[in-house]
Amino acid sequence: MRGVIGFLAAKLLRALVAVWLVTTVVFVVMRLSGDPVPLLLPPDAPTSEMERVRRELGLDRPLPVQYLKFVGNALRGDFGRSIHFREPAWSVVMDRLPATLELGLTAFGLALVVAVPIGMLSAIKRNSPVDQAAMGVALIGQSAPTFFLGILFILTLSLWAGWFPTSGRGSWDHLVLPALTLGAFSMASIARLTRSAVLDVLRQDFVRTARAKGLPEVAVVMKHTLKNAALPVVTITGLQFGTLLGGAVVTETIFAWPGIGRLAIQSIANRDYAVVQCTVFLSAILFIVLNFAIDLFYGVLDPRVRPR
Amino acid sequence: MASSIPVSVPAELPAAESPAVRGGAGARRTRRLVIAGGCFVVALTLIAVAAPWLAPQDPLRQTLRGRLGKPTLAAADGKAHLLGTDHLGRDVLSRVIFGTRVSLTVGFAAVLVGGILGASLGILAGYRGGFADSVVMTVADAQLAFPFILLAIGIIGVLGPSFPTLIVVIGLSGWVGYARVLRSQVLVLRSREFVDAIHALGGSAGRVILRHILPNVLSSLVVVATLELARAIVLEATLSFLGLGIQPPTPSWGVMVQEGREYLDSAWWISTFPGVVLMLTSLVVSRTGDWLRDLLDPTLRGE
Repeated sequence: MRGVIGFLAAKLLRALVAVWLVTTVVFVVMRLSGDPVPLLLPPDAPTSEMERVRRELGLDRPLPVQYLKFVGNALRGDFGRSIHFREPAWSVVMDRLPATLELGLTAFGLALVVAVPIGMLSAIKRNSPVDQAAMGVALIGQSAPTFFLGILFILTLSLWAGWFPTSGRGSWDHLVLPALTLGAFSMASIARLTRSAVLDVLRQDFVRTARAKGLPEVAVVMKHTLKNAALPVVTITGLQFGTLLGGAVVTETIFAWPGIGRLAIQSIANRDYAVVQCTVFLSAILFIVLNFAIDLFYGVLDPRVRPR
Repeated sequence: MASSIPVSVPAELPAAESPAVRGGAGARRTRRLVIAGGCFVVALTLIAVAAPWLAPQDPLRQTLRGRLGKPTLAAADGKAHLLGTDHLGRDVLSRVIFGTRVSLTVGFAAVLVGGILGASLGILAGYRGGFADSVVMTVADAQLAFPFILLAIGIIGVLGPSFPTLIVVIGLSGWVGYARVLRSQVLVLRSREFVDAIHALGGSAGRVILRHILPNVLSSLVVVATLELARAIVLEATLSFLGLGIQPPTPSWGVMVQEGREYLDSAWWISTFPGVVLMLTSLVVSRTGDWLRDLLDPTLRGE
């Protein structure tokens, strides 16, 4: 039991260090950007007014004090007010989080549902034309830039074929192209990984035994291979879900999807730093919580990684 | 991967043990593929250098009467526009050719920045061990644990997009790859007798690292750098596409895809051609990295 707690504590410590590092980088970058006060006031504001705002924002204090205050506020979800939306940055970001989660989960689900069967099929029919075609497409999918895939999908499936709308959020058919774009990289990686994981297991002795018993190949794969091949797939899949967060920035921008990725890009254009800061911070937290959950889940799945 | 580095002649032996080489015909095929990939990169570099002579037209010259022209051999202005013209009447082919310059300059510069930083920190962590090692690896893990594009967006968004910022940000995004690979290799090399022997003879740590460790890890460094080049080129295009990288009117593939986005319906060629060239470059360079790894250092496969 003590081992398990130590294991969790080490993981948690790592996650906290990561959050702290990201927060500090964000703070330093924000301070490097110079004085935000002239941005907040009309250009003809008198110096006394600038001084007043600077004092109000705590910018006249020494840097270490500012840093502590920033960390304290961030912990309470207080990132200041958005100059563009005229409300707290936190609630601006929170309003758009559901759209991003909807897109991310759909892309992730789509990637799993398509990639795992394809990877298994490729492994069973290894070196067949089916396998070679599937892995060829997967290789292209892994190296294709997300933003260009999105453009290609819009051009072919939306403008030429007319099957899906080009942008926006609404009914389910608005979701298909963004989810496909966002999920493409994960889909390709998961398919390749599933193939190699299944092939690894197929080489093992108990599979030979199962075959020697006269079980048909399908039963061998379904009953004996799948469970054992699941472990590496789960790990990488979890990591993939994290990279989806980064890809969301690009995908949301292309498809005008009203999530936090597009918000981040728009806020940069608006010089709305409070919102940028809050988005980056929130994504970091989300990502790290997710990785922590995957580590736990992995421990549940595989007794070997559990410390004794 | 530690134990797979043999005791003597470390630079050559891993290759001799690799399945690709043992396979004879398979190794020859891999070698040929690596050479083909290398030729592709060299060709791309030559195109970038010779862009002013190769490009049929000035990539910045606007011809408003010839806007959104289809790919054709004889346009209204009497010139050939093999890949069409864009929304300002500029020749797409010429812009794609000039775009090679941006992609490769940023790509190679970023690989250099990331490689020098990552290799130094990796060697430091592996050679010194202890506290330095913990610090470097904790930072590396933290960075790996975070979708870097968000951080890049934050940094560039605040500092403003510029050529040096772009190179530094893309370079910084890649240092972890080098550091992790080199650290684990140096860790093994350091414990070998020849290091003790050199120390006993009065050789300094710097001498050991420069004369004996660096040559031994060079092949891994080349593999990582090739894979990083593909990543850097795609990241540059992505950031430029988002408006955070190269600024118009400089021709960059990412900028071109972005500019053509509004005209997808009427002029598909503006976005498609630079995008296809980018996709091809990314595919070939990253595959070349994979093949190179199979050939030089199969122990890296797990990374």
